[in-house]
This record gives sequence, structure tokens and C-alpha cells, in this order.
Amino acid sequence: MDPVDVVIIGAGASGGAVAWSLAETKMRIVCLEQGDWQKPDQYPSAGRDWEARQMNDMNPSPNRRARDTDYPVNEDDSPIKIANFNGVGGGTVLYAAHFPRFHPSDFRVKSLDGVADDWPINYQTLEPFYAENDRMTGVSGLAGDPAYPPKQPMMKPLPLGKGGATLARGLDRLGWHWWPSDSAIATEDYEGRAKCINLGHCTSGCAQGAKASTDITYFPLAMRAGVEVRTRARVKEITMGRNGMASGVVYFDADGKEVFQPAEVVIVACNGVGTPRLLLNSKSGKFPNGIGNSSGLVGKNLMFHPYARIWGYFDGPTDGYRGPGDCIWSQEFYETDRARGYLRGYTFELTRGQGAVMAAVHGNAIGMLPWGEEHHDAYRKLHCHRAGMVGICEDLPEEHNTVTLDPVLKDCHGIPAPKITYTLSENSRRMLAHAVARGTDILKAAGAWNVGHESPLQEGGWHLMGTARMGKDPERSVVNEWGRSHDVKNLFIVDGSIFVTSAGVNPTCTIQALALYVADAMKQRLATLFD
Amino acid sequence: MNNQLTADELASLRLIAGMMIPASAKHGVPGADDDAIFADITRSFGRDAALVKQALGHLHTLSGGPFAALDAGQRAAVATDFRKSGGIALARMSNIILQCYYRDDRVMRSLGMEPRPPFPKGFEVEAGDWSALEKVRARGKIWRDAPA
Repeated sequence: MDPVDVVIIGAGASGGAVAWSLAETKMRIVCLEQGDWQKPDQYPSAGRDWEARQMNDMNPSPNRRARDTDYPVNEDDSPIKIANFNGVGGGTVLYAAHFPRFHPSDFRVKSLDGVADDWPINYQTLEPFYAENDRMTGVSGLAGDPAYPPKQPMMKPLPLGKGGATLARGLDRLGWHWWPSDSAIATEDYEGRAKCINLGHCTSGCAQGAKASTDITYFPLAMRAGVEVRTRARVKEITMGRNGMASGVVYFDADGKEVFQPAEVVIVACNGVGTPRLLLNSKSGKFPNGIGNSSGLVGKNLMFHPYARIWGYFDGPTDGYRGPGDCIWSQEFYETDRARGYLRGYTFELTRGQGAVMAAVHGNAIGMLPWGEEHHDAYRKLHCHRAGMVGICEDLPEEHNTVTLDPVLKDCHGIPAPKITYTLSENSRRMLAHAVARGTDILKAAGAWNVGHESPLQEGGWHLMGTARMGKDPERSVVNEWGRSHDVKNLFIVDGSIFVTSAGVNPTCTIQALALYVADAMKQRLATLFD
Repeated sequence: MNNQLTADELASLRLIAGMMIPASAKHGVPGADDDAIFADITRSFGRDAALVKQALGHLHTLSGGPFAALDAGQRAAVATDFRKSGGIALARMSNIILQCYYRDDRVMRSLGMEPRPPFPKGFEVEAGDWSALEKVRARGKIWRDAPA
């Protein structure tokens, strides 16, 4: 195999951003992705069985999907289960496209609240890369949100709809903050993408192409600029050369053959579980505990966002199966208030409804659908009458929350699978309880006749962070303040693994801004990159 | 493992589907034991085939034999026990019944929905009135400054 200048492992949110940014250098760049390209005309929304497919082949759980492009995860020792997607676009194929930035305080939790650690960078460092990512992604929203420093979305906000209006009414009655969500969903035709037509279920792929997944945003531009994407290429290990530098990667190609790809630079973009798994699987004489792991922190400090889901049923209609799930958010309880009994905070992501099948499945699960003739009247009180929210709680890093290698479980290529060990902290428990109580207040103020909740949300392990954290101290971090391994000077990490803390918002926007920032740092230092 | 359902198991499944969602003259809808809907159900076990088989095995244990062999009163009593003790296997089986029922053309029409996929036509959602945000804006900044 001919050597390349840069090999990027993973074609998801961060892999797309870093590939596009580095493409202008004209280096030879190859991106290896274990999954496939997606075919939007085959996304569930193009078929009558769209809700069933969300529970099966397009489920966010890799263990449930169990495609040969997925890898299994042992999550028995975690109350929160892993969600991801393996293919070009990665998690952005299935995400809701809720696209909030971090706040200035999120980078300074130690200084402000005495917990965890400050980041080695701050909001101002990332601000230009947030803006660049917003442009590349096509973000809809509304300027002027008092919960944020000034920023300018590209397009008008998503429609409020009946569900959003109902929830906003409750928030208004309580005098609490709400604002149209920043969303990675085009509300106008944008850069070749058609505008949203309210298909109703962003979380199994967008057949319209209105939702910004990196297979339709960054990658087409990166490939036009010369980046090569190889699919069905599952990396087994990063190899070390005799000079103390990474020499390339070994991967299984589409035919199952092992291939060595030599590279001058290796960039890992496999998410907060896939990245530590790969690093831990990359053992050598120099790194018997995994490449870049002299600190012993690879795989430690795993953070999710513990989620509380709170829902209510209303006499009046909500949007049901229509419209993207996103509509508005509330950050009334985002910043620390010690009187609440916990530190840090959370975002409410308010959601407008659910499809006809999910109305039945959830109604059945919570005991609101009797069997027999009464089923029909009961169902009609649920269908298109539900709205609610999730509380996205900041998780703080704890070394005992880990990704390790399972001693038994392997993927279809025989590569050891990740094992998750995670416990909810007392701080998270208190924050979740607060979110449930305040969410219930909102729904009751909005007129809900029945309110329920699930906390923590078991299937809510969408956000995978912290397992190869960034920092200036090589003994307390895995990569430096611009994403380079402290141990291996041509090894970089650009995904959520490098987060120091998690904030209380969805991370994709920040993952991509960080990837663009790391790419920019590399470009600024090309002549001295390995010094 | 063979997850193919036996004739007895299929008969039990159809009875359970009909007990769960019977036809309704009031709403003008078929039951989940309707020919077309039941055929959809039996094509849709997918990843849950083993759990469906497990659920029906449990039902037969509660019945002391084929569920269909019981009279209506006995079936109602066993079904009550089944709902209490069926666990994850019954939950997955129920999901399959519900997903097939609520994508049937006749049922969707009765709910005021067009029987079609969401794409490519999409749906209308009201843009809404954002004027209420003036009150939110008037509160001023709520984010915290942070040291550099």
C-alpha cells in the first residue's frame, strides 16, 4: 500500500470536519470508515415501516442493530446504554441535530465551581471554529438568545408548531427561559440541500437531506478537494515505528483482508468509546497498555449526558408525527446555583410529539393502553396529544467510569470489543431529580393532564466523551491543548474523547468546532508539527 | 435455534393480538387479528423472533397447553396473568403487534392520517408566533462570564 501523508480513522462528525479542513493543504489524505455510505432514498422515512425500522436496523443501539459494520459493546455494567452509528456520517446520520454550543462557563468549571478541571482552551478559542462549523453545517435558529454570547444562525428557526407553542406557554407562565433551538437542519434550501419538509423523525436519517450529516456536508467537499474515503475499512491497530512515531494503521478491508496503511500522521476520530478501544488495542513494546497511554488515562473519565425524559399528554393537539423533533430549548437551569443541591446544570431540549406507532409503544409501556375495546378510546387520547422534553445533564469526569477491552467479546473481525463500566454520581442523581421536578412543573403549567418521566434514560448514551482528555500536563491528560498525543508526536485525536468536561448540551457542535481547531493548529505548525 | 412458530403458537398469537386490539365498530377499524394485519405481524418478527417464541411458550405454560384450547373465560384469566408476568418477551411481541396495527391503511385513515410514507411529500407544521420571546429577551443575559 502506498504511504499517505494523513490517515483519518472514522468518517463521522469530527472525521468529516478535520478531513475537509486539512484538504486545502493538498496532502494525500485517506479516511478509513468501518461502515458504508448511506443511501438517503433508503432511509426509513421513504417507507411505511419507518417507525419499525427505528426499532431495528436503524436503531441507535449498535447491539440492537447488530450489522456487520457495527461492533458489539458490553454495557452490562452501565445504567446508560451506548448509542452510535457506524458509517460515513457516523452519529450525525441518526442524531436529532440539536446543535447548541458550549457556554463560556463550561470551559472553566474548576475556576468557577471547584469541580473537575478547566479546559486548556476557552470559548473564545473555539468561537471562530463554531462560526465556521455553523456555516459548513447550515444551522437554523434565532439570534439574541440571552443564554449565550452573541451568535448568528444561518437560517430562520424551525417551526414552533402546536407542540412547541404548548410547551412555550408553560415556560412563559413560569417566567422561565426558552428560545428556538439551534438546529443542524436547513429551513431554507442551503448549499445544495433541500429545506426541511417536516418528515417527523430526524433520528433515523433524513431522506430529504435537510439534516446536516457529514456524509452530505463535509465529505463531498473534502473528496472534491482530494480526500479519499475507504468504506468497510475497520482499523485493528495503530502501529509504532522504530523512531517513536506512529507508522500507520492495520485495517481489515471489505474482503476481510488485513492491510497495512503507512502514514506520516494518524488522526483518530472514532468517538468516546471507539477511540479508547482502538488506542487500547494498539499495544507495542513501547506502549504495552495501549498507544499514547503513558498517563494511564486512555479509557478513563467516560462521560455521558445522563438524560431525564419527562412527557405529558394534553387535551389539545400537538404535532404528533409531523415536524422535526427539535423545536425549542430552555436553559433556565444551566448555570450553577448551589441552592439547588448540585453543581453545574442542564438544558431542556423540548420535543413536539411522536409517530403513531411510538405513541402506541410508549403508551403500552407506561400502562396507558388497556387491552380490549377500551384500547381505541385510550389510544386516541395519546396519539397527537403528547409533548415533552429531555433534561440533558452535565456529567462530571470520574476515573472509575471507563471504557476497557472486554476479555471475551469481539467484533466480526476478532478485534476485542469495548466494555463500559459506569455509575451515576450523586451530583448527577440530584441534577436528574431537579430536571424531573422542573420538567413536571413546565408540563403542568402548559396544561398536561398526565405527566410521566424516565430517569436516567436507559437508551440515552448518545454522547460519548472524556476518554482521552486534553490538557497541558502529560500525567493528567492524553493529548495536548491542540489535540496531539503527549506520547506520540504524529498521533492526533479530534473526537469527543478529548473533552475535559461534558457541559450540559449536545456535543456535536463542539466536537466539530474542536476538530476544526485541531486541524487549524496542525496547519499553522506544518513545518514544526512533530517538534 | 429454530424460532419458527408452530401452528399452535400462531393461533395463540392471533388470539392475543385480537384480545389486545379488537375490531371496533365505533371507530370503524379492524382488530389486530385481521387477516392483512396478522400477516404483516408474522412477517415482522425480525430481531425479536426468539423473544416472540419465548413469550408464546410462556403463554402456553400459563395455559397448561395451547391457549386456543381454552374457553373465553379461561383465556381472559390467563391473559391477565400473561400481562403481569410476560416481561421483556411480551413487551417486544406487543411492540410488533402495535407497529403493524398502526401502519395499516384503514387504521391510519381512521386517525386522520394519509396512509403513505413521510417522504417525499412531508407535512405542514405551523411556523408559530415568536413575539412571546420579547419577554424572554427582556430578562437580559443569563449566561455566566468566565475567566480567560
